[in-house]
Amino acid sequence: MHLILFLIFAGCCLAGAINLLVQTHPINSALSLVVVMVSLAVLYLLLGAEFLAAAQIIVYSGAIMVLFVFVVMLLNAGREERTLGSRAARVIGLPAVVVLLAVLVTTILHIQGLGAATLRQGITPTQELSRVLFHELLLPFEVTSVLVLIAILGAVALAQQEGSKPDGEERILAK
Amino acid sequence: MSFIQQDVPLSWYLLLSAALFSLGVLGFLLKRNLITVFMSIELMLNAVNLSFVTFAHQWHAVKGQIFVFFVMMVAAAEAAVGLAIIIAIFRARNTLAVDRIDLMKL
Repeated sequence: MHLILFLIFAGCCLAGAINLLVQTHPINSALSLVVVMVSLAVLYLLLGAEFLAAAQIIVYSGAIMVLFVFVVMLLNAGREERTLGSRAARVIGLPAVVVLLAVLVTTILHIQGLGAATLRQGITPTQELSRVLFHELLLPFEVTSVLVLIAILGAVALAQQEGSKPDGEERILAK
Repeated sequence: MSFIQQDVPLSWYLLLSAALFSLGVLGFLLKRNLITVFMSIELMLNAVNLSFVTFAHQWHAVKGQIFVFFVMMVAAAEAAVGLAIIIAIFRARNTLAVDRIDLMKL
């Protein structure tokens, strides 16, 4: 059962990631990224991380991808264009990525003593997770909340219109 | 029947993670749209999260899962700021093609 679920959702993951590369319109890439993230949530559940599976769906495919789709629609992003620079990136980047993948795969295949994942091993309870998070790691948690607050303020400050150029927002709204 | 009850080696999860990371790098290098480049970065973060969860499962360590939680929060902050920067770039240049955004001054 575990093997079948793994094969199905790993296939969905890889298909979504390849589709993200193949599609030329950003909205299609965003939707295939949602497929990747939901499949990853199922894989987290298979590995016993139930809280992370829920957080993956809520935070990634819920919040972040909605933000992406919203920006794609707001900026009216069209199909991408191929230029001379992309040809150079393809010539140099493709062999580099193949080498990177080969190095990663050989490293992983040489790891000794990795176990196997079964459905019998049970699920990490969220109580245990929250006990460690709020007792041992309380300071990093609070620092991260400050980071998120700063990010919110930064996003508002960056996206807000400058006073000297009021025509930009009207142009975007007019589209 | 034995095929159904078979366990999955954890190295398969790591191989999937490596494949997703490589596809993310490939998208980062090949895509020419600023938003799609940003999505490739999110794909790489997800691939690394998968290997974190795999190793947390291997060593029965809760802290590996908590690290993934922190990565998710930082990724959310990064997405908010990054998309705001993309909106600001689009207002200044009126384009999202990365090849045309090659000057630092306006």
